[in-house]
Amino acid sequence: MIEIHNLTKEFGPLRVVDSITFTVKKGEVLGFLGPNGAGKSTTMKMVTGFLSPTAGTARICGHDVEREPMAAKRKLGYLPEGAPAYTDMTPAGYLDFIADVRGLAGDAKAARLAAVVKQVHLEQVLHQPIETLSKGFKRRVGLAQAILHDPEVLILDEPTDGLDPNQKFEVRELIKSMARDKAIVLSTHILEEVEAVCTRAIIIAKGRVLFDGTPESLAAGGQIDRVFREITQGAAGAAMS
Amino acid sequence: MKNTWILAKRELSGYFATPVAYVFLFFYLALMGFMTFYVTGYYERGVADLQPFFALHPWLYLFLIPAISMRLWAEERKSGTIELLMTLPISLGQAVAGKFLAAWLFSGIALLLTFPMWMTVNFLGNPDNGVILAAYVGSFLLAGAYLALGSFLSAVTKNQVIAFVLTFVLGLLLVLSGTPLVLEFARQFLPDVIVDSLRSFSFLTHMNAIGSGVIEARNLAFFGSLIAACLAACVVTLDLKKAA
Repeated sequence: MIEIHNLTKEFGPLRVVDSITFTVKKGEVLGFLGPNGAGKSTTMKMVTGFLSPTAGTARICGHDVEREPMAAKRKLGYLPEGAPAYTDMTPAGYLDFIADVRGLAGDAKAARLAAVVKQVHLEQVLHQPIETLSKGFKRRVGLAQAILHDPEVLILDEPTDGLDPNQKFEVRELIKSMARDKAIVLSTHILEEVEAVCTRAIIIAKGRVLFDGTPESLAAGGQIDRVFREITQGAAGAAMS
Repeated sequence: MKNTWILAKRELSGYFATPVAYVFLFFYLALMGFMTFYVTGYYERGVADLQPFFALHPWLYLFLIPAISMRLWAEERKSGTIELLMTLPISLGQAVAGKFLAAWLFSGIALLLTFPMWMTVNFLGNPDNGVILAAYVGSFLLAGAYLALGSFLSAVTKNQVIAFVLTFVLGLLLVLSGTPLVLEFARQFLPDVIVDSLRSFSFLTHMNAIGSGVIEARNLAFFGSLIAACLAACVVTLDLKKAA
């Protein structure tokens, strides 16, 4: 449902993403791993249509993000890095706005809003301005926004960043519970998260794919952290020499 | 169209969710009232009209309107919500139109709240209310033109102060190009054709024309096309930033 072909992004002379190619099928949860500055967020920004790629294509459910942005964006739920939101609004008002933009109305809208609020446990803060909420709640508001229209494709940039262990566990359970009929991509730099929720892992560094396989095969190489360091530092070393 | 309205509604309620809107409205009305009654010598003229009040608008809008428009896109970029907005199924044109519309409606609300001026002048004498209505329409169009310009310049930068200053300076040029001082100076070394077109590009020329009570097609066309051109430039700017 996500097809990425030779996706490349250059900022001036700097090549941040270097012809990345992969596809994600329905039912897959892809963990996007890499050190900071590896190009994870930039790749996600291109897949969601926020940035235009320098070269290559990204398709969501068959719709080219550049050529048919509206069709692609309708199929997509996206949690940007840092979970930005209109912080002077309350979660209730904010989600209501997102529902309107997503074309939800009437009973269907009320039902989806109620379901999502329950799924991410926002009941107790629904009518407080988002700017007064804790980091964990802000992140959950962002998640609620992303899953509100029950999208076929979900792109989550560091969905558990800044959450406490209990909240991390809950978000992972939520992702797992939605995995069956969606294609999900999430970025993280926490390796145990990949083992906990992902069916597949891609490691990128310096904008290139270094590893693409199951978390089990990544773990089979020995201690998963050690393998990760070897792969990413090896690439950095090779690039420098 | 529906998306534009959903967005405009959110934006407009956003203005009133913080004290910013109320502080702005307070200063807007205080400044308009103070300037009209104490600076223009309104009472001393002894004429029952609102001409001195409307003559102030091009000048007061110079810094009142950029205060609204500076945040339009600069703030979205700074807070990161632009990434959210641009990945929702809303086209760039709808987003630009929606945010502009909200700002324009807000400036319209501020303008409507000057109604005590109109009541005062009707209490004191028998003014030509048709002329006053035309001047209100002119002032609203003028605010729209400033706002569209400000919206474009707010998309250029993520720094609100820069957006404010740029809008102020360009707005000042558009006003000054219609003053006798500038026109007479230009007439000394420029051919009349250029001086006349300079004059026709001024906010002041069109505002004065409408303020005299006659709304002509060319005045409407001037403000309409200026708004359309600035909003189009805003869309292009945002699209270019996407590829940067």
